[in-house]
Amino acid sequence: MRRLVERVGVPRLLVGLFLLILFALAGLQRLPVKMLISSALVRIGMNGVLVLAMLPSIRAGLGLNFGLPLGVISGIVGMLVSLELRLSGLAGFFFALLVGVLLSLPAGYVYGLLLNRVKGEEMMVGTYMGFSLVAGMCMFWLLAPFKNPEMIWVVGGKGLRVTIPISHRFGGVLDNLGKFSIGGVEVPAGLLLFFAFLCVLVYLFSFTRTGMAMKAAGMNPAFARASGVNVEKMRILGATLSTVLGAVGIAVYAQSLGFVQLYLAPLMMAFPAVAAVLLGGASTSRATVFNAVAGVTLFQTLLTISLPVTQSVIGGDISEVAKLIISNGMILYALTRKEA
Amino acid sequence: MKVWRKIRESLTSSPIPLVFGILCLFGVVVSGKSWSFLLQEVVTRLARNWILVLSLLVPVSAGLGLNFSMVLGAMAAQTGIIVMTHLKVPGILGFLGAFIVSFPIAVVLGFVAGNIMNKAKGREMIAGMMLGFFMNGVYQLVFLFMVGTVIPMKNPDLMLPQGFGLRNTVELKYMKYALDNLLNVSLSGLVIPLATFALIGLVCLGLNRLYKTKLGQDFRAVGQDMHVASVAGIDVNKTRLLAVVIATVLASLGQLVFLQNIGTLNTYNSHEQVATFAIASLLLGGATVTRATVGQALAGTFLFHLLFIVSPYAGQSLMGSPQVGEYFRVFVAYGIIAAALVVHAWEAHRRALSAAKRGLPEGETDRAG
Repeated sequence: MRRLVERVGVPRLLVGLFLLILFALAGLQRLPVKMLISSALVRIGMNGVLVLAMLPSIRAGLGLNFGLPLGVISGIVGMLVSLELRLSGLAGFFFALLVGVLLSLPAGYVYGLLLNRVKGEEMMVGTYMGFSLVAGMCMFWLLAPFKNPEMIWVVGGKGLRVTIPISHRFGGVLDNLGKFSIGGVEVPAGLLLFFAFLCVLVYLFSFTRTGMAMKAAGMNPAFARASGVNVEKMRILGATLSTVLGAVGIAVYAQSLGFVQLYLAPLMMAFPAVAAVLLGGASTSRATVFNAVAGVTLFQTLLTISLPVTQSVIGGDISEVAKLIISNGMILYALTRKEA
Repeated sequence: MKVWRKIRESLTSSPIPLVFGILCLFGVVVSGKSWSFLLQEVVTRLARNWILVLSLLVPVSAGLGLNFSMVLGAMAAQTGIIVMTHLKVPGILGFLGAFIVSFPIAVVLGFVAGNIMNKAKGREMIAGMMLGFFMNGVYQLVFLFMVGTVIPMKNPDLMLPQGFGLRNTVELKYMKYALDNLLNVSLSGLVIPLATFALIGLVCLGLNRLYKTKLGQDFRAVGQDMHVASVAGIDVNKTRLLAVVIATVLASLGQLVFLQNIGTLNTYNSHEQVATFAIASLLLGGATVTRATVGQALAGTFLFHLLFIVSPYAGQSLMGSPQVGEYFRVFVAYGIIAAALVVHAWEAHRRALSAAKRGLPEGETDRAG
């Protein structure tokens, strides 16, 4: 019994138990459990890539990537370019991905260079680099030379809108791709497959020469250096890959949501992703693909189901507060643990 | 010539206040606002914000860096204000009452924060920030769900119609200007809240006195080198804990002064930006993560709020959109913190590198730097 607790971990056990109670309550309250599971599946796929983006950063020894907004902003610009060209469907989505990834490569490289000069303070510097980038881009959104009337304010005729609807462009392209339903539960097959595909890529990457070198650089820089690994280069690679996955992640997120959110929306985006990977059992220096998948599954299912259940039981929406307490508590717990 | 050299030295040693001073001056000219308008705005904002910024000094000197957990003090203050508004205590009595209620809460929260930072040595700032976010969740849980259910309270003025939870905005009709109006002086149209400035002066004096005591010296010793301090017989953890408790209590006092001037409490948002703006203010005065003085805190607040006031007007006249200016000041707030953190980490990294080259252990250079 004790070994089981140790292997699963206390946070996961608590959240798992909490989830079971919520599901039981949902059943008792006669809530549409099948529909809840369907929307949980969508939210898992929707947030999964952003959580996966934490892995290269943690593995390369950069800690939790609080600088995720860097990738998010690249991805958003990619989507805006695709929208400006009035592309739609899968072509529009993949073009947005392409532009986003192309932008995130230099962005991530520069971010990696910066992080190499601020060793030991990567997380704090990342957080505030992200914040200032998001705030700085707010000015860009106001002044950017985009012309498509779907994206700019109707009144005044310039400046991008706060939320841009994309449902007629590439909204839901992955969600609806090969969607099927089993016993009343709708499965967004395209979305989940896309997430799974990226998971496999990250998993396979960890077995390549470079992947092993990166892991060594993160675990024990001095040892890695002694065995001929260029630690600085591996850290830059980790930052870049993390940023690229952030760019892909926001595109996946936006196509599920049906909106591109600008201005201050990306400000806090790193925190739920960080919390999810930690909930999945990762620490600030160790993380596996399994951690990311388990974390996002637990976290998003919890968020999906806690809203209707608490609403029907106590008549108020406690899910936002629960999200704040659980996600930030999880991060705080990881930061105060004696390791790393 | 000697004068020139002195000026040059002081400018090169603190380029940040200079750069932002010029930026402010530019903004003032471009905004096209009258001096009397700007002066009144600045005086009001200095009275409102100075104590919050001053509360950051003790943790910096004790080596804990920028105290992002000051949000906890703000929450304690808001709890005090909510209690006094519920009891309908008017004026300065309400202000004092709010302080008396918030004081023990701030001490307890400061104790919690200090313990967490002792557990997260080397990453106090990020831990403090996450603690702020976490306690924000707890704060919402208490005031949105527990008030009226677990905690018995009935007050339709303060509470949501559903019977539990506080309203999003609470009008502080009993406490507005409680301190400001205690002693107001009008100087040819310029209104100066003397009582508030007297309190600020008291805090400054208190801080200066604190640094001369044994405890103040301990803060500095721990801030410079924890290892050396502990060898010298200082209880490092306890000293750090005390620094955070003092900071949290001061932050709660600061938030009380802030809110009595604003006059409305945004129950769930008033405290969120407190740390960002206060820390940005301190850094604009030329402070760093490891060194901050009362003078820097006072000057930085002046610069930050002058910039805050003129930005929208400058944005309007330069770009034809006040919003650009509004985002610009948010950008400055975050950007200055990012820049200060980068400079701090970069220097520590360089020191470590040169120490490695000379074959010294890291602690040796820490003391030298």
